[in-house]
Amino acid sequence: MTSTSTEYEKYYVPEKSKLAVCATIGLVLSIYGAASIMNDMTFGDPSEPTSSWSIFLCGLFFFMGTLFVWFRTAIRENIAGMNSVQLKKSYVLGMFWFIFSEVMFFFAFFGALFYVRTLAGPWLAGEGDGGRMNGLLWPGFEFSWPMMITPQEAVGGAAAQPIANNGSFTSAETSMAFAEAKAWYAWLPLWNTLILLSSSFTCHIAHQGILNGERKKFNLWLAITVLLGIIFLCLQVLEYYEAYAHFGLTLNSGIYGSTFFMLTGFHGFHVFMGMTMLLIQLLRSVRGGHFTADDHFGFEASSWYWHFVDVVWVFLFLFVYIL
Amino acid sequence: MGDHHHGPAKGLSRWLFTTNHKDIGTMYLWFAFAMFLLGGFFAMVIRAELFQPGMQLVEPAFFNQMTTMHGLVMVFGAIMPSFVGLANWLIPMMIGAPDMALPRMNNWSFWILPPAFLLLASTLFMEGGAPAFGWTFYAPLSTTYAPPSVTFFIFCIHILGLSSIMGSINIIATVMNMRAPGMTYMKMPLFVWTWLITAFLLVAVMPVLAGAVTMMLMDVHFGTSFFSAAGGGDPVLFQHVFWFFGHPEVYIIILPAFGVVSQIIPAFSRKPLFGYDSMVYATASIAFLSFIVWAHHMYTVGIPVAGELFFMYATMLIAVPTGVKVFNWVTTMWRGALSFETPMLFSIGFLVLFTLGGFTGLMLSIAPADFQYHDSYFVVAHFHYVMVAGAVFSMTAAVYFWLPKWCGRMYNESMGKTHFWISFIGFNLTFFPQHFVGLAGMPRRIPDYALQFADFNMMSSIGAFIYGASQLLFLYNVIATIVAGKPVSDEKVWDGAEGLEWTVPTPAPYHTFEVPPRIDPAHAHS
Repeated sequence: MTSTSTEYEKYYVPEKSKLAVCATIGLVLSIYGAASIMNDMTFGDPSEPTSSWSIFLCGLFFFMGTLFVWFRTAIRENIAGMNSVQLKKSYVLGMFWFIFSEVMFFFAFFGALFYVRTLAGPWLAGEGDGGRMNGLLWPGFEFSWPMMITPQEAVGGAAAQPIANNGSFTSAETSMAFAEAKAWYAWLPLWNTLILLSSSFTCHIAHQGILNGERKKFNLWLAITVLLGIIFLCLQVLEYYEAYAHFGLTLNSGIYGSTFFMLTGFHGFHVFMGMTMLLIQLLRSVRGGHFTADDHFGFEASSWYWHFVDVVWVFLFLFVYIL
Repeated sequence: MGDHHHGPAKGLSRWLFTTNHKDIGTMYLWFAFAMFLLGGFFAMVIRAELFQPGMQLVEPAFFNQMTTMHGLVMVFGAIMPSFVGLANWLIPMMIGAPDMALPRMNNWSFWILPPAFLLLASTLFMEGGAPAFGWTFYAPLSTTYAPPSVTFFIFCIHILGLSSIMGSINIIATVMNMRAPGMTYMKMPLFVWTWLITAFLLVAVMPVLAGAVTMMLMDVHFGTSFFSAAGGGDPVLFQHVFWFFGHPEVYIIILPAFGVVSQIIPAFSRKPLFGYDSMVYATASIAFLSFIVWAHHMYTVGIPVAGELFFMYATMLIAVPTGVKVFNWVTTMWRGALSFETPMLFSIGFLVLFTLGGFTGLMLSIAPADFQYHDSYFVVAHFHYVMVAGAVFSMTAAVYFWLPKWCGRMYNESMGKTHFWISFIGFNLTFFPQHFVGLAGMPRRIPDYALQFADFNMMSSIGAFIYGASQLLFLYNVIATIVAGKPVSDEKVWDGAEGLEWTVPTPAPYHTFEVPPRIDPAHAHS
């Protein structure tokens, strides 16, 4: 029934390793710290000093350090020729399914946005089967998107609410929608779209460069990609500043503010991650001379991630800013 | 690089730093059993309180913490990690791979679990107590009215999700990339198939759960209004996001159980599995359907009639592929040379009781009838028939079936059979009467109840204590086997067992299939 075969290269199974345990310590400390920081903020006594921040930062640095060593180990193993073709395919599969899990993470928030815009919002305003309670609970509330008056404001504030109060939600004065922009060229999301789309393009040129073995071209276009990523993040920060300082648009601005900041915020965080990944690949190429025409998975994986955040942005631009 | 032909390292470092799929599988299994005992202890507190009507032992607030922690620990701490442990042990041996595809990440997936559950258990001692909003943690109970420990609960869920996603990516990469030459997809043992599909479900829905708890976190601490109508959000949104995760989750729990039973029933019927192909397609159909039935958990929440009808019909459809499976198992046994060792007893127990749980599920899927059953003990009875008699029975069968291969020693058969019969009787005594009290109107998650439910509840409690005690017998039997069981050296421990894992020596050496075996193209699946 079975016989041995020699056609497969030996699959490299690493020796025992301290990496996983170190990463666990770092992750658990930073998460314990982060949870404590939030509980201090919401439930704690501000006059009582806590060590939450120290725990969080220690854990985070330890975690980052471990990840650095972990990736360095994996890279060195590859350079030492320990990775068979089969093992490389495991890394490819790992990255693919990781990105798929990220897609599903965004799916949850987009799902929330669609649900509120097409079902829950109109019901709150009295439409359809779900709207029968409007007259009792939120008389006078009318639904529109962006939601410029929350149900709470429609009934005259938190104190006038007929049901239990769970926070104060004051809607934004100005939304981020195109209709409220002063002029198309002053509308930041448009510029951000152009920047991110071109960065996917420059990333592709860099990929072509390494495939043809042109290191200079690779380095140059990868550097441009990273730069575009940084510009995108700067504009995003500027947009948030505008929102808080001039538009009255905050996390407290009802469901519009909630979905806006959640979607753009997590996207921004993913851009930061992708930018960092690409920057590390750039440093590896410039300083370490890593990557060859047929072996550059570190860059390839980062570029897939970059294209993924780009696609998410296209959906964001459509459903958060335009429609 | 080093030489791989050595055995395990000595001492604690073997377990802390290991990259070996068998070590990691063992750790998952022991961790899951520890959590099973902890979650079981919480269940005993619940049943002790419900032994008689009136307030007996604990405060209502603590009772709520017990039901919540029981559910969370059993689902996320016991059942899920136990099947991941089984996957770690068996998948590489079943497909002829030297190890899992990404061994260091494999170790990390395991090691983040114990601290996460330590953190979750520690919430019992925090100010305001542990989470008390049920294992489904509906908003606003879990946001506006939650104890401060909710923050730690949220981050625990994040860690568990991370563990599941990494573990699943590893399983997918292993199955897709590490099969021995000649081991085509349609030759894989059914356990590998069910885990491949389960891993896909996990990668698809654990991030959605992460999204749900992240929205909770924002509502609790940062003033957003996802689940608050005052700000334009909707508490029902939480239920939609949660059950979009939660329904596939129940198949994540039961599909590997299907896989286990599909390995064991043929072995003790001494016949190949009937309808292998249809088993694979049925598993895939169940996985697909699991994404479009989530709102059947929410019939009474006030969704439009069109939604109720869609989710009702889609839910009923699941009975078709599940029925295919049940008939295939029965047909596998038909005219087989049956013998009834402990793994087979637990598998047959699974088959009968899981089918009962499936039928009550069909009753619950009928939207108008569900208005009567919803949130009653009928629901509790239903999901314990599929979770305990389904997942846990099959897991127990798996341990008895593969334990001799793992440790090279045979368990005590008469003790195993005693364990089965006590479990079987204890389980049914616990949960069968709950159908009746549920239909008569006893709501779930309450510490006290009307007098007419007293007799059935006392029966339930006695059954629960019997079932709980029988697990200690199981623990004893497993330890006694590992320490001093009768040695076995046959590669094939069971004469009817088929598959690559039965071609390696017994006990399975530390490293197997460092060079992939060649699978005869004519050789059928096992």
